[in-house]
Amino acid sequence: MARKINYQQAINEALNQEMTRDPTVVIMGEDVAGGMGTDGEQEAWGGVLGVTKGLYKKFGDRVMDTPITESAFIGAAVGAATAGLRPVAELMFIDFMGVCLDQIFNQAAKFRYMFGGKAETPVVIRTMYGAGFRAAAQHSQCLYPVFTHIPGLKVVMPATPYDAKGLLIQAIRDNDPVIFCEHKVLYTLEGDVPEEPYAIPFGEASVVREGKDVTIVTLGRMVHMATQAADNLAKAGIKCEVIDLRTTSPMDTDTILESVENTGRLVVVDEAHPRCNIATDVSALVAEQAFDSLKAPIKMVTAPHVPVPFSDTLEDLYIPNAAKIEAAVKAVMGKKG
Amino acid sequence: MQLSKADLLKAYRMMKTIREFEERLHVEFATGEIPGFVHLYAGEEASAAGFCMHLDGRDRIASTHRGHGHSIAKGCDVHAMMAEIYGKKAGLCGGKGGSMHIADLDKGMLGANGIVGGGPPLICGAGLAAKMLKTGGVAIAFVGDGGFNQGTTAESLNLASVWRLPCLFVVENNGYAESTSSKWAVSCDDFTDRASAYNMPGISVDGHDFFAVYEAAGEAIKRARSGGGPSLIEVKINRYYGHFEGDAQTYRGPDEVKKLRETKDCLMLFRKRVEGATLIDAADMNKVDTEVLALIDDSVKKAKAAPKPTAADLLTDVYVSY
Repeated sequence: MARKINYQQAINEALNQEMTRDPTVVIMGEDVAGGMGTDGEQEAWGGVLGVTKGLYKKFGDRVMDTPITESAFIGAAVGAATAGLRPVAELMFIDFMGVCLDQIFNQAAKFRYMFGGKAETPVVIRTMYGAGFRAAAQHSQCLYPVFTHIPGLKVVMPATPYDAKGLLIQAIRDNDPVIFCEHKVLYTLEGDVPEEPYAIPFGEASVVREGKDVTIVTLGRMVHMATQAADNLAKAGIKCEVIDLRTTSPMDTDTILESVENTGRLVVVDEAHPRCNIATDVSALVAEQAFDSLKAPIKMVTAPHVPVPFSDTLEDLYIPNAAKIEAAVKAVMGKKG
Repeated sequence: MQLSKADLLKAYRMMKTIREFEERLHVEFATGEIPGFVHLYAGEEASAAGFCMHLDGRDRIASTHRGHGHSIAKGCDVHAMMAEIYGKKAGLCGGKGGSMHIADLDKGMLGANGIVGGGPPLICGAGLAAKMLKTGGVAIAFVGDGGFNQGTTAESLNLASVWRLPCLFVVENNGYAESTSSKWAVSCDDFTDRASAYNMPGISVDGHDFFAVYEAAGEAIKRARSGGGPSLIEVKINRYYGHFEGDAQTYRGPDEVKKLRETKDCLMLFRKRVEGATLIDAADMNKVDTEVLALIDDSVKKAKAAPKPTAADLLTDVYVSY
């Protein structure tokens, strides 16, 4: 039965249910329990923002705190995945990929191909991304396009509590390495989530608004900006179809192309920097495969090509929002303002 | 530690197979028929054999660029290895990995590694899995003197100690990281100096002496299996060939390798020891020599004749499902 819980609770519930179901599922990361080796509270944190709270109490040693050594413990999760465990490692902020990327893209991602199809590496790396917390340049990035670029990795971008639970359960059951990207601003977002476990298949986009005029392809937190824009535009008589990709690798190209063939117009919204991101990827796909359907040039709404700023006025300017999306939609509709 | 006659012959065959595999590759590479980069293990055989003689199906190892020796010692199929190095479909990795990525997870061989220092984190994970699944297995990271300076190794030593994992970190110090001397690039005189910083035993061993390696390895593996935690072992050793094939080794002293072959060769020392103690007959080892040479020759012939992968193989084996 569905009830309202938030994105963070949905992730916690998925972990809890999968750990209950499968004793080989383990969690490791910095402060995923917290308080290790102190005289104070055990499980003091349950993750830096409390996402894994309660799991150490229930599962004990299957929830493992690590030293702040991302290469060692992300690599350990990868190695353990080749040796009979199904680890869920937490890379606290996606920005920290810079200190452990080798273990992800040269090791985990490559094993199956390099070893002739004989390796299975069922590891999940949960990681927090995105701007909006005034956390500045090293704790706010949207680096999922980097992972999307790498063959051998799957990249998951839940936008809602329902998707967070179902996609994480799928990620844990999946036999390939999965990068599971959680937007920190979404943790408190509430939504209907069934209590029972369920898995959402990868590579199936979700059409969150139907419309005949403009296709808006987006993902992660931007889904909410896009639906807000679509609802505003509906009042002005412009019907937008909003597609939440849900996973960027694999990516549901069919749903994108079918929608663009119907609407003839495309706006892609991506919180990542504008070069070589998901927006450029989707734009290239449509330009190559559905060019004849287009009635107007494609528009991209993204963050600018600058690091994420600290000051709230600057960060607010940096993040794509509904107003920018509405302007882009009006532009492809040939309307001013 | 007492080795039976059968074990002695097994160890000898292991080392001899590695040696002949590498010597033959040295010759074949020069013909231009072998693609890519090849890093040979000749001269270091006693290290791989000294450790892997203690291992079984529960145990896992991770290797380096110089991975042929560890692969053979852990039981990878020689024919499939040779075919892989020739880039053939019948290769251990279907021709998709090559010399630097030879692996056989079913044999507990987590791969040679194209990234210097890539293996130790993976070995922490393999050790963690063995500990949590209570298999009694151990996990060994073979690392070179170059890789032992990497941050991944330092982090892994710390993590293995904190988590008390059944892991061994073996630094095969052959004196050169590519063309750079470990005397210059390593901050301490002995890698074992670093062990106390990670609260684990540090043992230094002469890597030309199979028996010394075997004994040190046995103690560390026994400790790891019984829950005693990780160890750091430095194997002081030499390689006969360059960093990769084609390396003229102008950085090495005149006659350095010639002298090593004459005085420190691990196979020569092994034979001297066992023949001197009449542990096994020379005839038994000569028979191994003949069989190994035939095996390597056959593997090269078959590898050369084997078909390459086809276009249909390009896009497969990326994901389990996608």
